[in-house]
Amino acid sequence: MTTRSTAQPEAPPAAPAPANEPHPGSDSSGASRGRPPRSLRSRLRRDWQMLVLMIPGALALLLFFYIPIFGNVIAFQDYQPYYTISEAPFVGLTKFVELFQDDRFGLALRNTLIYAAFQLVLFFPLPILLALIVDSMMSQRLRKAFQSIVYLPHFLSWVLVIALFQQMLGGAGLINQAMVRSGLDPIPFMTNSDSFALLIVAEVAWKDAGWGMIIFLAALASIDQSLYESAASDGAGRFRRTWHITLPGMRPVIVLLLILNLGSILTVGFEQFILQRDAVGADTAEVLDTYSYYTGVIGGDWSIGAAAGLAKGIVGTILILLANKVAHLLGEDGIYRGRPQ
Amino acid sequence: MEKPSAPLAIAKTVVIATISLAVIVPMLVVVSTSFASGEQIRDAGGYVLFPTDPTLEAYRTIFSSPLVFRSLGVSVFVTAVGTLLALFVTICMAYALSRPVLGGKFMLMAIILTLFFSPGLIPMFLMIKQLGLLNSIWSLILPGAFAGFNFIVMRSFFMGIPTELTEAARIDGASDFRILRTVVLPLSKAVIAVIGLFYAVGFWNSFFNAMLYINDQTLWPVQMILRSYVIQGTSLTADQLGVQQAPPPQSIKMAVVVVALAPIVLVYPFLQKYFSKGVITGAIKG
Repeated sequence: MTTRSTAQPEAPPAAPAPANEPHPGSDSSGASRGRPPRSLRSRLRRDWQMLVLMIPGALALLLFFYIPIFGNVIAFQDYQPYYTISEAPFVGLTKFVELFQDDRFGLALRNTLIYAAFQLVLFFPLPILLALIVDSMMSQRLRKAFQSIVYLPHFLSWVLVIALFQQMLGGAGLINQAMVRSGLDPIPFMTNSDSFALLIVAEVAWKDAGWGMIIFLAALASIDQSLYESAASDGAGRFRRTWHITLPGMRPVIVLLLILNLGSILTVGFEQFILQRDAVGADTAEVLDTYSYYTGVIGGDWSIGAAAGLAKGIVGTILILLANKVAHLLGEDGIYRGRPQ
Repeated sequence: MEKPSAPLAIAKTVVIATISLAVIVPMLVVVSTSFASGEQIRDAGGYVLFPTDPTLEAYRTIFSSPLVFRSLGVSVFVTAVGTLLALFVTICMAYALSRPVLGGKFMLMAIILTLFFSPGLIPMFLMIKQLGLLNSIWSLILPGAFAGFNFIVMRSFFMGIPTELTEAARIDGASDFRILRTVVLPLSKAVIAVIGLFYAVGFWNSFFNAMLYINDQTLWPVQMILRSYVIQGTSLTADQLGVQQAPPPQSIKMAVVVVALAPIVLVYPFLQKYFSKGVITGAIKG
C-alpha cells in the first residue's frame, strides 16, 4: 500500500480466515485431493498442473515484491548506480545516521505527522457519519442514487481529482472567478501553504469519504433490528439509541480501520503530495515518500532514499503491531489474533 | 424506524444535497466548458454551465495533437494489455490456491504479506532499471500484473464453487487446466468482470509509475498529459497572468480532463452493479 489512490478499496487486507480454508480432514476437494498422499513424488504428479498455474503469479511476486524488498539492503550500503548491489560497499547504519541528521528529513517527518493527524481527526469520522446518514434514509431509491454519486470519485485518478479541484478552487478557478466578479478579493486556495493541510483533507474527503462508508454500511446492516425496537419501547430517544446501539455495533469495524490507518499513518498519499508540491513549495508539501523520491531518484542519493523508505516501513509495521495489541487489551479483535480462535 | 423530526430531516436533506452537488458540479462544469465556444468562455470568465453554441472544436484540436493522441493510445494499450495479463495471472493463481495443493499455504502467506508491506520506491525503481524496463511501456504494465486484494476476492469466489462440479469433471478424466477452462471460468463471469474492471481502472489511472519510469514524452499516458498541461500549466499561468484572465485554451484543457474522465464514468455503471455483492463479500467475509 504505497498510495491511497489505487482502485482497490482500502478495505481491511482481508486475510482469508482459517474458516474459509477447506478443512484438511473434511475432504472438501473430493477424492483426489482429500487424503494426504504418501510421497512428495506422488503429490507432484497429482498437483503439477496446479503448480504450473502458480508460475506467472509467483514470478510477478518475486520480481515486483520479494526481490525489491531485499533490494532494501542498499540502505546499508554506499550504493552508486555504477555498482551492482553485491559490489556496493557495506556501511552499516551510516546512512541512517546521515538521514536523521538531514534537516529536510526532519521537515518531511514533521509534515507527514501533521498531515496524518489532520487526516485522522478530520477525515476518519466522515465515512462513519456518512454511513449513519445513509442508513437513516427512508427512500431506497434516493439512497441508491446518493450512494452511486458518492462512490464515483474513488475511481478517479489523483491527477484528475487535483485537476478538478484546481478548476474549482484554483487562482483562475470557478469560485475565484465568481468572487472577483462580485468584487471580492480572490483567495489562493490551491497555493496557500498555510491552509494546505485543510486542502489535503478536503481532497481526500471528496475522493474517498463515500467509498469509505461502504464498510460501515455493511456493519450497520448487521446490527440486530430488534435491539432498536426494545430500546424504543423502553423509551430511548433517537440519540440514545445511536449512542448505545449503533455505535457499539460498529465498534469492531471502527477499531479495525483505525488500526489499519495507524499502520499506514506515515503513508499520507504520495501522488497527492507530489502533484501539488510545485504549487505550494517543498517546505509545505514534503512528506516521507516525496523525500525518498527526491533524494533517491532525483538527487541520486539512492542509499539515503532507500533508508528513508525502510525507516518508514519499519515504523509503520511497529505501529500496526502496537495498535493491534492495544485493541486486544481493550477486548477487540483487531486485525488478527495471536492464536487461531 | 419512526419519521425523523422536521429540523433533523431538513438538516439531513441539506447535507445530502450539498454532498451530491459537490461531487457532480465540478465534473459537469468541466464537461460543459469543454463543449463551449471560445467566445462564450471569455464572456463567462472561464467556465460555462450551459453551452449556448456547443462545439467539438476542442476535441478536434486535441485529437489532432500528436502528443495527446499518442498518450491516449498509450493509456488504452496499457489498460487493455495490462488488464488481460493481470486477469490471466490472477485467475491462474486464484484457482490453484482455491484447492489444497502442494505448497499452497506457503504461497498464500507470501501473497498476504504483500498486503501489509511495500518494497519501497527506491528498490522498485532499481528493480525496474535492472530489468531494463526504464522508458519502456512494459514498466507501466508488468508491476501491476498481480494485486493481492484482487487475488483474494477471486480466490474466495472460486472456493465458493461447489466441489461436486469440479470433482465430477475430474472423474470424467478432465485435467486441472481443463477444469479451469470448461467448468470454473464459465461460472465466474461476474467476478472476472469486477476484477477486470478494478484492474482496468487501476491501469487507466496510474500516473506515478509513468512519472517514475518514463522520460520519453511519446510514451506518456494520458494522466501525465493531464498533469503537465492542466495541473502544472494552470497554476503557472494563473499566477503569472493574474486571476481575471482565463487562460485562452481553456476549452482544450477541459477537453483533456474529460478525455481522462470519460472512460471511468462510462464503465462506472457496470462496476457499480457488483460493488455490494463482489467487494463486500470478498473483503469483509474473506
